[in-house]
Amino acid sequence: MKAARAGLKLAIIPLLTLGLVVVGIAALGVGAVRMSLAEVLQALGNLGNADDTHGRILYDLRMPRILVGALCGAMFAASGAILQGVVRNPLASPDIVGVAAGAGLAAVFTLILLPQAPLWALPVGACLGGFLAFVLVYLLSIRTGEVLPIRLALIGVAVEASLDALRRLILVRADDGVAQALTFLVGTVYGADWERLWRVLPFALLLIPLALILHQKLDVLSFGDSTAKSLGMRLELGRLVALLLGVALASVAVTGTGILGFVGLIAPHAARLLVSSRFHLLLPASLLLGAILVVVADTLARGLVPPLEIPAGLLTTLVGAPYFLYLMRRVGRAR
Amino acid sequence: MNLSTNRLYLGYDGRLIVEDLNLSIAPGQISVLIGPNGCGKSTILRSLARLLPPRQGSVLLDGKMIQHLPTKVVAKKLAILPQMPQAPEGLSVEQLVWFGRYPYQSALGGRTQSDREAVEWALAQTGMTVFASRALETLSGGQRQRAWIAMALAQQTPILLLDEPTTYLDLSHQLEVLHLLVRLNREEGKTVVMVLHDLNQASRFAHQLIVVNGGRVVAQGLPEEVLNEQILREVFGLKAHFLQDPETGRPYCIPYALARKEPLIVDERVEEKA
Repeated sequence: MKAARAGLKLAIIPLLTLGLVVVGIAALGVGAVRMSLAEVLQALGNLGNADDTHGRILYDLRMPRILVGALCGAMFAASGAILQGVVRNPLASPDIVGVAAGAGLAAVFTLILLPQAPLWALPVGACLGGFLAFVLVYLLSIRTGEVLPIRLALIGVAVEASLDALRRLILVRADDGVAQALTFLVGTVYGADWERLWRVLPFALLLIPLALILHQKLDVLSFGDSTAKSLGMRLELGRLVALLLGVALASVAVTGTGILGFVGLIAPHAARLLVSSRFHLLLPASLLLGAILVVVADTLARGLVPPLEIPAGLLTTLVGAPYFLYLMRRVGRAR
Repeated sequence: MNLSTNRLYLGYDGRLIVEDLNLSIAPGQISVLIGPNGCGKSTILRSLARLLPPRQGSVLLDGKMIQHLPTKVVAKKLAILPQMPQAPEGLSVEQLVWFGRYPYQSALGGRTQSDREAVEWALAQTGMTVFASRALETLSGGQRQRAWIAMALAQQTPILLLDEPTTYLDLSHQLEVLHLLVRLNREEGKTVVMVLHDLNQASRFAHQLIVVNGGRVVAQGLPEEVLNEQILREVFGLKAHFLQDPETGRPYCIPYALARKEPLIVDERVEEKA
């Protein structure tokens, strides 16, 4: 039976991959213009034809949107998995420890200060903001040399809210162009186009494989300082690299879809239940679950009351916030 | 493999806890650190394992400053089992023990035959082979402690440091762990250094007792040389009768009253933080 369960865990990754593909194809048919599966497949075969309306809708609107959503959801989830492990805090998640709002605020600044900046400037600026915000939250949470999980979460939520409010304030005063270019920061995949995919993809292709390669070091770090160091881990360096990685993943994702609330919290928790907390399985499972979660949320967002759009981030928050409250209670009781 | 300290000063934040410590650990023996709460014994143990950097002075491993050796090199020479170690959720015993091979693995973590043999050996030594696939959370306290010792053993180090390895275990599991350490010392020639709370267990299992008080080593030697009424009174603030352990001939103490002649240097907070 043990062997069977171990086998099941290995099968989960292909199953989730299959799930993502199915969800992605199903999502292509949903929106203001509904298409049956047959119509979707026919339109996919006809993409080159500029006169095919269905093909245009798929290629110009839905495909980039689904891809951006999946990619950013995956990055939020991987970021959450890494932060939770390294900070050894189940409540850590990019949008709870200030990273997401810091990245969003920095993205606004970047676009106001450097309107002519190349495509890559926005993610880079966002990473800088994400990291500054995280350092701020972490320093504020230290008390007598240690960081309590609940304290980190509470201070993180406060800083996150403040930075987010600041971002909205600045956007209100900013030029219309800037404001329009950054409306997605509220957490919606609406309007995601191929350019947004090209903005995020190179960073994703760098950061995700890097995280997967470092799975063993992430495992050792999640044992805590004493054990990690006695096993021969260069603690300061290892932790810095892991945190930079976790922060960068979420910050780049913010420039794709804005802040998708709680994806970075729920997806890794679900992944841990499915495949254990070892990163060689946890990371792939988190990536896939994060992608599925966001594609499903975004499909509901445009399918529930067409042609109106609900921000996908609203839906993920509706699911995630109660879970966060439950988790706070559990962690609070454990202490 | 020699482990010693040279004019070592240790502390946390603004506070010095250990001053001018010159300690030499006898190779191939079991050394036990004893002393009242807050005396600095855990602090000393952590510094011996390079988990706590010195304020001044140095910890020497075969004559070399331990802080200057690559940490992976040190991890092949000494292993430490911290107090109440925590593992990520859902690990099995075997998966835990595999982490003991971390210092031997390359960046990409390929597993070699000698890794596999070391893990099997560590599981067998600790009697954990039958529990290999069990999740850590499902084990009893004693089994879990043995699993952690197995992880330290998988590091295949000549020196083993343990910070209160018997705390929170019931008596039979305490003896189980201590007998395991004695066997590892006798049969595998491991140098064992540990902190123990129970003076009679320390007397029974140690070759060397190291008595720490107020951040200083106040006595070091065979239990029969070190444990006496004076030490009990001055270090632990206790009046005690002494018997002889009928099995080992070692001193066995029965404290019967507090002896508050001189004020004790006790600071619980320091010990807890350590």
